[in-house]
Amino acid sequence: MSDSIRRVKRVSRPFIVLMYVVCIFFAILSLLPFVIMVINSTRSTYQVQQHALSFLPSKYLLSNLKILTSKDTFHPIRGFVNSLIISSGTTICAVYFSTLTAYALVAYQWKLRNAFFSLVLAVMMIPTQVTSIGFYQMMYRVHMTNNFLPLILPAIASPSMVFFMRQYMIPSLPLEIVESARVDGCHEFRTFNQIVIPMVKPAMATQGIFCFVASWNQLFLPQILLTKKKLYTMPIMVSLLKGDIYKTEYGAVYLGLALTVLPLFIVYFLLSKYIIAGVALGGVKG
Amino acid sequence: MEKRKTFSYAKYGYLFSLPFILAYVIFHLYPTLYTMIIGFTDLKGLGKTSFKFLSDPFLNFKAILTSELFRTALKNTVTIWIINFIPQIIFALLFTAWFTSPRCKLRGQGFFKVVFYMPNIMTAATIAVLFQALFSYPTSPANDLLMKLGLIQAPFNFQVDKLSAKLVVAFIQFWMWYGYTMIILISGVLGINPEIFEAAEIDGCSGAQTFFKITLPCLRTIILYVLITALIGGLTMYDIPRLYLNGGPDNATLTTNVFIYNQAFSGSYLYNRAAAASMIMFILIGISSVFVFRMYREKDLKKTDRRRRHLAAKKEAVNE
Repeated sequence: MSDSIRRVKRVSRPFIVLMYVVCIFFAILSLLPFVIMVINSTRSTYQVQQHALSFLPSKYLLSNLKILTSKDTFHPIRGFVNSLIISSGTTICAVYFSTLTAYALVAYQWKLRNAFFSLVLAVMMIPTQVTSIGFYQMMYRVHMTNNFLPLILPAIASPSMVFFMRQYMIPSLPLEIVESARVDGCHEFRTFNQIVIPMVKPAMATQGIFCFVASWNQLFLPQILLTKKKLYTMPIMVSLLKGDIYKTEYGAVYLGLALTVLPLFIVYFLLSKYIIAGVALGGVKG
Repeated sequence: MEKRKTFSYAKYGYLFSLPFILAYVIFHLYPTLYTMIIGFTDLKGLGKTSFKFLSDPFLNFKAILTSELFRTALKNTVTIWIINFIPQIIFALLFTAWFTSPRCKLRGQGFFKVVFYMPNIMTAATIAVLFQALFSYPTSPANDLLMKLGLIQAPFNFQVDKLSAKLVVAFIQFWMWYGYTMIILISGVLGINPEIFEAAEIDGCSGAQTFFKITLPCLRTIILYVLITALIGGLTMYDIPRLYLNGGPDNATLTTNVFIYNQAFSGSYLYNRAAAASMIMFILIGISSVFVFRMYREKDLKKTDRRRRHLAAKKEAVNE
């Protein structure tokens, strides 16, 4: 009896087929541009011009790489290293100091605590791009353009990460442990570094991934601040692919694009589970 | 004893939040105020840092507000955002309904989620240049595909036509963000008390009824969050329009942030105008966030009462 009721409540067969068709269509839509990018990066310019759409890789990967690097503008390795320095620095600053600030909000009773937390909430929504003119002028004045520090140090104040870490700590950080460390004569700062950090590591890792990716993908501020070619990041390198030098080298352009997102592909396919879970968590908390 | 303890440790609260406060004041608050000040001055020209206040302090603001180009940019930004956001939220909700419904039990959900979300994590700059290649003229993968499918006879120049240029930018935004929105909404649905769904099931609610009468109202705050973050992201859209066609053709994809960049870092380096435009955007974003929030709250207040009574009645029915 209950079985028959269940069956009635299931969705009809044609509808299930429709759902799969729509889902598969969107999956193809999401993947297709990247597939074309990878395939075309192995094809010669002539082949791309003849048939821009093909699913068969060709054998011109190395010659494309040669064309790409021969023009002395696009340096994937240099861009990679620069982006890596900036993104790692940003991530370390943001994650460490946000955890420290969140700890200050959770573990201690101080007079301005609630006021400070309200302030963090209020500034969370301010988009940083809108204030970039003042930022540029200020950095220009103190001769900090063409330097990575103005791109890294602002991450020490990451309001949304402080908010996230606070929400994570409140239920999951047992303050008794902090208390007992205190009784054992552990200094507060050491307690934070050696006891608190290992306990909130999962949340720090999640936030770290997003911070790293966001920093890696950033274009606006690096483009304003870094004018020396030696310091160009990956996204700035990408904008060079649009220049006249590569106008007719389709295969090489596709290869250049593929190289800029290769690290992200690797990170994503290794960590996609955690990344998806992290996005979901961000939504619930926000 | 207890009291003294809390008192003596309070200083660590200040000490540990000091780096944040210092960094915020130096790198965020000061530049914000500085941008505001520059908006009232004559600061322009490459490499210049000294400035005088204008005799008419609002000259830059007036110039921006009456500028045809800024208005076009603002109109484009809003148009592109709306064209991208409406399908984005519709498809995100559709997939949310399918993926969370116990009646559908779609297989391969994990795979679909991973794939749908993937474009979001990729560098926007790369995606913009990639789409420029994909939609180029006369031979491009997009033209090839459309011709193979028989949808068009001759190659179409997507990058000269104003409307199609806008549509492609909106499509890229949609394509990059629907997976993100979907995952946020799914996590919202998973956070709803399952008892409510059970009650609906027992009452014989259809799938559509459950979705529209229960899931959607419960998702209000999450949708508000999505709406506000998408709005802020949309109003500061830069990477895609800048690298796809650099605002062209004929300013059809010029967004306000591309406009600000062009004012400040090309031509005659009008930092003051760019700062004024930034402040106008700052205010607009603030107003629209508050507006969305208010609108939502008011609607919410009216409906919550009714919903509460309704749910209470339902629960009672279940308990009986």
